Amino acid sequence: MSKLSIEAVGKLFPARGAAEPTRALTPTTLAIADNDFITILGPSGCGKSTLLRIVAGLETASEGRVLLDGQPVTGPGADRGMVFQSYTLFPWLTIIENIAFGLRERGVSERERLEVARKWAERVGLKGFENHYPKQLSGGMQQRTAIARALANDPKILLLDEPFGALDNQTRALMQEMLLGIWEREQKTVMFVTHDVEEAIFMASRVVVMSARPGRIKADIAVDLPHPRPYTIKTSAAFVALKERLVEEIRVEVVGAH
Amino acid sequence: MKPLQPVTAQARVTYGIGFFVLFVAAWAVATLGGFVPKLFLASPITMVEEGWSLMTKHGFAFDIAITIWRVVGGFILAAALALPLGILMGAYKPVEAFFEPFVSFARYLPASAFIPLLILWAGIGETQKLLVIFIGSFFQLVLMIAVAVGGVRRDLVDAAYTLGSSDGSVVTRVLLPNAAPEIAEILRMVLGWAWTYVIVAELIGSSSGIGHMITDSQALLNTGQIIFGIIIIGLIGLISDFLFKWANQHLFPWAAK
Repeated sequence: MSKLSIEAVGKLFPARGAAEPTRALTPTTLAIADNDFITILGPSGCGKSTLLRIVAGLETASEGRVLLDGQPVTGPGADRGMVFQSYTLFPWLTIIENIAFGLRERGVSERERLEVARKWAERVGLKGFENHYPKQLSGGMQQRTAIARALANDPKILLLDEPFGALDNQTRALMQEMLLGIWEREQKTVMFVTHDVEEAIFMASRVVVMSARPGRIKADIAVDLPHPRPYTIKTSAAFVALKERLVEEIRVEVVGAH
Repeated sequence: MKPLQPVTAQARVTYGIGFFVLFVAAWAVATLGGFVPKLFLASPITMVEEGWSLMTKHGFAFDIAITIWRVVGGFILAAALALPLGILMGAYKPVEAFFEPFVSFARYLPASAFIPLLILWAGIGETQKLLVIFIGSFFQLVLMIAVAVGGVRRDLVDAAYTLGSSDGSVVTRVLLPNAAPEIAEILRMVLGWAWTYVIVAELIGSSSGIGHMITDSQALLNTGQIIFGIIIIGLIGLISDFLFKWANQHLFPWAAK
């Protein structure tokens, strides 16, 4: 059985005044296997973030349902960790307190909380910054903290909504390697939304391509590149071939939408 | 001058003191130079002399203390009730929909206009003074606190939910700490307004306090005392403002700009 199954999930934003209701997502079905890393690739406004937010429980589906380990999703919860594109660290908490936030909600003792949070701070490369406030950190470091904060909760699935979208290219490449390294070691089920083709291929074991609005799945492509993946793989022939194919898929959508 | 070009800390202090010096100098020239009759405006020197005699001979320190007590008492009363109500309104929209229209209306009722009514209800004792300040600050506080609490970034709330927060802990662990620095700033500002209400309350039907001294001095045409009283109010305001700012900086280091 798959870890996460999305069954004919669609989203219709209600009509406002005289305007017609807007369809953001056509009923979509998708199954994600345990420990799979799938990226959802699509042009801006294709409903990929909406789909992710429905899985997170932050938005309700207009139709269909989401099952996690066979249980229907009814609202947000700690079993689905989420990393947002915007910086969402709590500014009044230090880095270590941010990472420990979810554990505290679950009533974990302070000692254990700090132990787990320190471990995660170290894994994402934030050793020495534990007692800083978010505003003292760069964007990349804030997103590292956000990833550590989501993972410290030990969720069943990690959801990422263009988490590196606001970062510069060099930082973004480093963050991709870091996240992939964590995934290779920890074995987590990951659903990663992006509009960056290279990022989608580099991270994923499976790339799901979505069409322009109203979003629907137009391609589902397995990425058979070996692990561990060094950044040099981005110049390999297999990678480049995949990239060409996906760029073409996306291009058709973007051109069609304009 | 370049727009928005910052000044050094030293220059800032020099400029700030500079204007005070200029102000007092203009005042001295106007009065000591004989441009303004003594009857209407006392000179700085007379003001200091009168102030000294107020403090040493007329027990003005007691009036200052009683005025501070009234402001702080009425303000704490207003804040103690406005905080929970404002927080509830900011966090829960039905509560806001229930109270907001009335509170918005009530905030425009001038506190000073209530004084005759309050004298009728509560006499001219301390209760009446506290009530004037309460009416003047409570409604303002409620609305501003509600806005501060409700003004949280939506994605911070989303993040908390995905980390397993319950509805209640979103309020206590996200909405409240997020609004805390702004609420402290609101308290500082409204306390400043409370000072104007207390003086108005003391101008009418009072036998003690800075406002009462000012009315008494008017009857004696002692403008030196009036100005001294006004300056004391300004100084106390300045000190309380400074203390609030200092406390806020230490309580909320993460919010400093």
